[in-house]
Amino acid sequence: MNDRAKSETLAIERGIRPRTGRVRDVSINMAHGSGGKAMRDLIEDVFIGTFDNPALAAMEDQAVFPLADLARFGDRLAFTTDTYVVDPLFFPGGDIGTLAVAGTVNDLAVSGAKPLFLSCGVVLEEGLAVDTLRRVVASMQRIALLAQVCIVTGDTKVVERGAADKLFINTAGIGIVPSGTSISARNARPGDAVIVNGYLGDHGTAILIARNQLALESDVASDCQPLAGLVAVMLAACPDIHCLRDATRGGLATVLNEFAQSSDVAIRIQEPALPLREEVKGACEILGLDPLYLANEGKLVAVVPAHAADAVLAAMRAHPAGNHSAIIGEVTEEPAGVVVLHTGFGGQRIVDMLVGEQLPRIC
Amino acid sequence: MKYVDEFRDPEKAQTLAKEIRGVVACIERAQRRPLQIMEVCGGHTHSIFRYGIQQLLPDAVEFVHGPGCPVCVLPMGRVDDCIALAERPEVIFTTFGDAMRVPGSRKSLLKAKADGADVRMVYSPLDALKLAHANPAREVIFFGLGFETTMPSTAMTVLQAKAEGVENFSLFCNHITIIPTIKAILDSPDLHLDGFLGPGHVSMVIGTSPYQFIARHYGKPITIAGFEPLDVLHAMWMVLKQIAEGRCEVENQYGRIVPEHGNPQALGAIQEVFELREFFEWRGLGSIDHSGVRIRDAYAQFDAERKFPVPNLRIADPKACQCGEVLKGVIKPHECKVFGTACTPEMPLGSLMVSSEGACAAYYNYGRINTSGLKRTEPTDADRKPRVVA
Repeated sequence: MNDRAKSETLAIERGIRPRTGRVRDVSINMAHGSGGKAMRDLIEDVFIGTFDNPALAAMEDQAVFPLADLARFGDRLAFTTDTYVVDPLFFPGGDIGTLAVAGTVNDLAVSGAKPLFLSCGVVLEEGLAVDTLRRVVASMQRIALLAQVCIVTGDTKVVERGAADKLFINTAGIGIVPSGTSISARNARPGDAVIVNGYLGDHGTAILIARNQLALESDVASDCQPLAGLVAVMLAACPDIHCLRDATRGGLATVLNEFAQSSDVAIRIQEPALPLREEVKGACEILGLDPLYLANEGKLVAVVPAHAADAVLAAMRAHPAGNHSAIIGEVTEEPAGVVVLHTGFGGQRIVDMLVGEQLPRIC
Repeated sequence: MKYVDEFRDPEKAQTLAKEIRGVVACIERAQRRPLQIMEVCGGHTHSIFRYGIQQLLPDAVEFVHGPGCPVCVLPMGRVDDCIALAERPEVIFTTFGDAMRVPGSRKSLLKAKADGADVRMVYSPLDALKLAHANPAREVIFFGLGFETTMPSTAMTVLQAKAEGVENFSLFCNHITIIPTIKAILDSPDLHLDGFLGPGHVSMVIGTSPYQFIARHYGKPITIAGFEPLDVLHAMWMVLKQIAEGRCEVENQYGRIVPEHGNPQALGAIQEVFELREFFEWRGLGSIDHSGVRIRDAYAQFDAERKFPVPNLRIADPKACQCGEVLKGVIKPHECKVFGTACTPEMPLGSLMVSSEGACAAYYNYGRINTSGLKRTEPTDADRKPRVVA
């Protein structure tokens, strides 16, 4: 039995009428956003058929969950949203769909929350191939299963050609924070250790190369992955994790600056300790970019009490999302609010926030 | 990274730093005031800050960050010309990335792009030529800037455009030459330099012989240096050794890249396409004779300045800016009146704050720990307002 037939059988068993909508068009047109039958066919065929859960299949205007079910996981609700506009849509290691689910899951996970439910709003440009949309939605479901979350509500809009670039996705997510967990960018204390869960800058490098403007080739793939499982083992090793954030746009440097400023402490990192792939270092050398500012989509930065650092590191390395974890530095009192990099060369320098986009140097 | 890590070896750095301390101890005048060594090239400035090289040197040696960041010395009037060209509806304006943020009197290229101009970042002038092929109905202009380092690739692109008979490609030429610039700095009365680290990439093209006048006529030692941190330290040791031994020579630390007579093909292409301008305006330094190049008549069809009208106004630097004094090493970036207050990387007044190779941006980004006491004040309108002077 194929997946589609399986889901229809499941739906029948749950007392929901089987969905029969099918998209016959090869590409998206304005009718798919009109609110009429074409739109229902698209939603039933592409989204409900793939995301496959009763809350969505009910086709109500909202998903409803009993509070008692949620309260099993903790005592506070975490709620986040993010919008995804990446170009190109597909790149080594992922696509806009994997980003849209992993990104929102990770924003929940770094609060210590268990991510549970996601929404999915899409803006489709007229002319987008339906097969492209199917591939993206299948990616979303693959990551959702991996992260153990359900996509329970959604929205579809179609805009005229040129009014959007192919496909934009917004996902919002709800998770539950376990009682007792208190992670905040304000919690870093002098003496704490700073840990990352693996190679930095892979996503940024993969995207740069996938845009194909550089005439560079490499095997670097995006690190896009959900981090909820990793965070769970970290919290099990040390319930008192001080700060946790995923290092997406702006890279490691931006997250460390946020910690240093919010906690009014200095963060000192050791350049030789930073996990960087040779390919990423090489691309940065050629382009005059700094890997500390490159985007990641499956990397988190943790600040943990010194006494727990080894235990957290060991737990992280034992998890598939943290095999290459490393302690990269420590928190000190002075100079407060500043991130200092100790170069492998014996000097030191400030690592500041970027003003705008990182621009390649002329020579 | 093979072939790179070898030039970043911390143990060798410590050895060199020790040798440098030994040499400086033998230089009598270093005991009275710090020796000032100018690194001419922005690439060196970047390395010095990125690796924290100054901290490895004794207090009696100071880097003076010279004018070698081509983005930084671009005057406002030329940026305005760029924007006028970029805002023409038929034009695709192509540029290296870090020129996008340089402020003109009204806006930067980044702002012009947001306002609707078709400005695209390229990594090579050949990419711009490809765009011209791909967009036959549009006019593609390449914003050529840089010293002799980038000049050959621009010249080769013009030659290729001519060979291919491309009609919708042109160059807005802002290339500048290094030798008249160093000469202008040496002629400046308020200068106390003790020696130079010579530019590596420029010298790869022009060779080492054009620098002879620095040693012969001005009595200053110069060492051509590579860009890895050990290169910079090694070259510093060489130039200090010259001072200690009372020598004034042109030495080449970057022998693995820089031949004595440069690169004949590159020089040939430059000769073929470009000729010296009588003078060229620099930000902070004013007009310097024979310091810029323009396109020769034989290639006039590729000259954006002849193909399209440009305002060509001279715009004075904002009054509060002390970029010129910083460029000449008379004051340090943080000694400028507006450093870190009216002039920051977010809101640059002077262009030294714009590029990561600019001395002020490097100080601001990497070196603020020791320049405490900064307070943020808003610039007044008088500070900011550009004035048209000609």
